[in-house]
Parts: sequence; C-alpha cells; structure tokens
Amino acid sequence: AQLTVRDALNSAIDEEMERDERVFILGEEVAQYDGAYKISRGLWKKYGDKRVIDTPITEMGFAGIATGAAMAGLRPICEFMTWNFSMQAIDHVINSAAKTFYMSAGMVNVPIVFRGPNGAAAGVAAQHSQCFGAWYSHCPGLKVIAPYSAEDAKGLLKAAIRDPDPVVCLENEIMYGTAFDVSDEVLSKDFILPIGKAKIERAGKHITLVAFSRAVATCLDAAKELSTIGIEAEVINLRSLRPLDFDTVMESVKKTNHLVSVEHGWPQSGVGAEIVSRMVEGPGFYHLDAPPVRVTGADIPMPYAKTLEDHSLPQGKDVVRVVKKLLNVQ
Amino acid sequence: LNTEATFDTKPFKLHKLEEGPATTVTLSRQDALKYYKDMQMIRRMETAAGNLYKEKIIRGFCHLYSGQEACCVGMRASMRSYDAVITAYRAHGWTYIMGVDAVGVLAELTGRSTGCARGKGGSMHMYVKNFYGGNGIVGAQQPLGAGIALALKYQGTDGVCLTLYGDGAANQGQLYEAMNMAQLWKLPVIFICENNGYGMGTSVDRASASTAYYTRGDYVPGIWVDGMDVLAVREATRFAIDHCATGKGPMVMEVVTYRYSGHSMSDPGTSYRSRDEIQEVRQTRDPITGFRERMLSTDLATADELKDIDQNVRQVIDDAVKRAKSDKEIGLDELTADIMSNPIDTRVRGVTAFDTLTHKRIGPAVNS
Repeated sequence: AQLTVRDALNSAIDEEMERDERVFILGEEVAQYDGAYKISRGLWKKYGDKRVIDTPITEMGFAGIATGAAMAGLRPICEFMTWNFSMQAIDHVINSAAKTFYMSAGMVNVPIVFRGPNGAAAGVAAQHSQCFGAWYSHCPGLKVIAPYSAEDAKGLLKAAIRDPDPVVCLENEIMYGTAFDVSDEVLSKDFILPIGKAKIERAGKHITLVAFSRAVATCLDAAKELSTIGIEAEVINLRSLRPLDFDTVMESVKKTNHLVSVEHGWPQSGVGAEIVSRMVEGPGFYHLDAPPVRVTGADIPMPYAKTLEDHSLPQGKDVVRVVKKLLNVQ
Repeated sequence: LNTEATFDTKPFKLHKLEEGPATTVTLSRQDALKYYKDMQMIRRMETAAGNLYKEKIIRGFCHLYSGQEACCVGMRASMRSYDAVITAYRAHGWTYIMGVDAVGVLAELTGRSTGCARGKGGSMHMYVKNFYGGNGIVGAQQPLGAGIALALKYQGTDGVCLTLYGDGAANQGQLYEAMNMAQLWKLPVIFICENNGYGMGTSVDRASASTAYYTRGDYVPGIWVDGMDVLAVREATRFAIDHCATGKGPMVMEVVTYRYSGHSMSDPGTSYRSRDEIQEVRQTRDPITGFRERMLSTDLATADELKDIDQNVRQVIDDAVKRAKSDKEIGLDELTADIMSNPIDTRVRGVTAFDTLTHKRIGPAVNS
C-alpha cells in the first residue's frame, strides 16, 4: 500500500489518542482548521474540544501549558505550526520539559511530544527556513526524532507519544505529501519503531552516507547516481538524533572506511559536526581511509529567490561530487 | 483559654467581583497553634539557611522567604489535599508547607543525599506530591501552573492549581499569554502575585506601569489581600479556590508582603531601600509577631505555650542543620541518574570521549 507522510502522522496521532485517554493535541489551528498542514485532519470532529485544542498565537504560553499538563499526568502533543516559532517557546522545551526529571531526582518525568515541520520549506525566506536538529539534539533530557519516510513518521511518532520523556519530533513540510510504499505491518495499530535506532536505507560497501529527514532523499538520489559508475554507497537514515545510533554508523564505516554526513542545517556545530567528531575522536579514526566530510546547508540565512535558495541546500549532485573527491574518482 | 476567636481582616480590594471573601473570620485554637508553629518553623529554617550560606556550606543562589511566611501558611490552610502548587525560585517555605520536613529542605540546600531532590536541585528546585517546584526561570511557572490546572480539570477533578510569582515576574509576557488561555478555557488556576515590593532591587513603582497587580488580569477577576495577615490570606484563598473549583475560570490574587532579606544572599538589600523601611515593617507588620499578639489577646494560647513551640522549633531546626551539615552527598554513580525515565541508550558521555558513564534509574517517575 501507499501512505503519505501526512497520513502516517495523522494516523499515528489518531491511534494513540484512541488508545490512551490522557493523550491530547494542542496548538495553533489544530482543531477547526484541521491543522495548518492538515496533520490533525479529522481529529477535532472525532475527539472534540477537550482533546483537540486550538490555541491563540502564543507559543510560549501554550508550550508552557502543555508542559505543565504533562507534569501533572497528561500526555500532550504540542504542535508548533513550524519549528521556527518554537524559538518563542524554547525555554519550556529545554528548561521546563528537558531538565525537570533530573532536577527532581527522578520524581517528575515530563511525557510530552513537541512536533511540527522543521527545516527549509520552499520560497519562504530566512525566518521560516531553518533546521533545529542541532539545537534540540544538543540538550540532555530530550529525545529527538527526525522521520524521513511514512514508515518512520508513523512508527517514531507513536513511540514518542508512548514515551515517558519529552520528545522533539522534527518533521519536514516538503515530505508531508510524499507517498511511500509501506507494508501491512506499518498500517497496523501496533506498529512502533524504536527511538534511537537508525535504519540502513540502502546497503553499500564503498562509502557511508549518514543523513536524517529530507536529506535521506538527497543521499538516496546520490547513491543511485553513484551506482551507475560502480560506487555502492551505504545510506544510513538516522531516524533519531538523540539518542544518536552511532553504533550503526560505526559498523558501516568499518566496512566502507569512508564517511560523509549530509544535512540541510547549517554547518557550524551541526549534526554532521557531531558525527564526524565521534568518528575521529575514538577508534573510528583508524577505520577511515580519507577525512570524514560534511555536506550541509550553506552558512547563510535562507534567501528567497529560487536560484539562490537552490544553491543554499545540498543536492544529490553535491553529495556525488564530494564522494568522487573522497574516493579519488574522476 | 478559648477554643476559638473572631477577628477582622483588612478590607479586600476587588476587581471584576461583586462580592469578596468575608472580612470577619473565625480562628480555632488548634489552627492558630498550627499556623504559628509553621510560620516560626519557616522563619527559623530561613535564618538557618542564611547562616549556612554565610558559612559557605550552601552554594550558588539562595533566596529567603523571611517576612513572607503568612502567604504560604495562609494559602495552605485553605487548600484541599488534591490542590496543586507551583512557585518561583523563592521556594523553601512552600516546600516545607507542602510536606517536606526541615531536613529535606536544608539538606537539599547543602546538596546532601537526604535533601528532597537528593542534592540535584538545590535551592530553587524542590518537589513533593502536588508541588511542582521551585522554578528558576522568572515567569516560566505561570503557564506551567495553567497547564497543571488544565490537567486537573481534564482528569475530572475539581482541583485548583495555585500559581505563584513575584511582582517582578508580574511583568513577564507569558503571564498574560497564560491568563488569556486560562480565561478562554476556564482553567482552575489562581494566579498569585506575592508582591514583596521589589523585583531584585527594582521597586514596584520603577518596574510596573500599574502596581495594582490584582487588576492586571484585565478580564480575570482579582483580589487584593494583606499578605502579612495569615487569616486574610486564608480567607481569600478559600474564596479563590471556591471560584475556580466551580468552573468559573481563573482568578488573580495579589498578596502584599515584604521580604526582610535581600533578593538573594549576595544582596545585602540596602542599596535600593533604607534600613528604616525594613525596621518599620518588622515592628509594625511582621506576620508572626502580629499573629502572636492576636492569639494572646484573645486567649487562644498562653505565652508559655508559644514559648514551648518556639523552643521545639529551635530544636527541630538545630537538629536539621546538623543533619544538613553531616549527611553525605550522593555518590558519583548518581551523576548520570535520572536524566531520562526511559533512557534507551544507557551510555552517557563524561567529560572526555574516554569516559563513558552509565545511566541509572532511581526516582519514582510519577508520570510513567
């Protein structure tokens, strides 16, 4: 069967709300409008005002209210219309949600999911085009997931809603409408993916490409092209940024001896910087035959004009170029 | 001795309310003795905390509640067992009144294993059932409290969340975001401004275009209360809980009080106010002295009884101080305890790539 990422997220929320009375969703336009990006479509009609709550445009306030509700025993799903607006509320994500369990010596855990579209959309300029993967995965006390496919979206979001700790779910608006082939298992109400486990999307032996979210598609495009010239790239979909499944990356590099990380976020202190650091500061260093390399978004605020925007984000051809360089292939 | 007595409180000021709490209040001897003991306990505990800080046994921040005791004691007196509280960083008195004993508070301040957060929270982060802290971010507790109220309502109880903040935090934007949603959704939350006159060293007049904090909820009804009178606080809280618990939505309560100490231990508290001002409050408005006089003048207690209580309190605090000094800090194995309630990957990086520590689970994780 085919399933879009949007429907996968929608059914994940629907199934978990059906399963657990404590689960509710709040955010801007989640109820009567059916969701700004239609992720919550149909939920208000099904569950009503109590469990599908439209908020005013006050991110700090409703993120705080959602976090307080989680401290007092509910299981909120707090939707940010996009993650860009979470900066208004980041204090509650970090200081209120992520740190309380530790500060209370294990008494008050905060079972909340913060979710929404992350990263660059199309033609929306600098304030609406930013990846928060590095920001949130920096912080102990949070779990951070970044689904790529419909299978990821459904399995990871359901796991996040059932998880007793705060989870940040970084979706991608451009992927919402993309349909993926999925098995019957994925469509089942019991389908859960483990947080903190990466997936090898494509096996290969010459080089390891590590990515999350939409950049997985960038890598798969590149891998396809590379295979035409005899280079078999292994593509790892991280799925989670915290905990980060570095074991899977390491196992792959032991085989390929080459590492490229690919992300749409900025380079400095990014997710790729973390992956490369972990590879070179430990035994991974000795498995490498060439320097590990990052492919990232360009180090600029996102411009509006199409050609400029296209050159701000990594494309498959950029990955191909880097791989050829590393493998010394013309 | 009398078994009860009747007193008049200062008139309450009302905002968007037809009627307010009763200004004639009845006090039983039993309650009187309890309030007196609790206020004395908090006063002595804070004095002990101040001394431990000066001895450099308490580290970091330490904000004392001395002068404000009638606020938490009066409010607690009207709370039901299932009502909740969240407050700001001046949390010691509240922690005690919500059920943590003096050892639990003082040993937390000294960072010892017998502290109520095992020494991991410190002065601003103490928790106990129905008490959600101690929050170190000025104003963050305001929407959190509204969210706790949302949960109480969602779960079908008539519980109320008392959400406290100072006059400084009364100007935070998120208070008004929280009030707006609380009023729209009729959340059972009392937004309580403990107005002690100063946000750090900035007096209310220099920080707030309107210092009538009980009116600043605009469409949210409000009450002004003499926060130095435990009975006035108790009555106003009873009134506010009734209002919230019967589905009428939130309420604002301004309790006017005073802090004797500086903002924190690093502030002598004398550059922005005069010693005379502090002295005058101590002599004319002290919440404990005033209450003691009322008890004695109405024969609710004898001077000897109150002296016995004072001695008992002193003993409890002295013993607690000894424990807070002699108990041990938690072991290094707990450095990586309870970061997550479900840690998934139990490896935690220490300060270098060569130090991999192991996550440990200890606490009860009440929301699992």
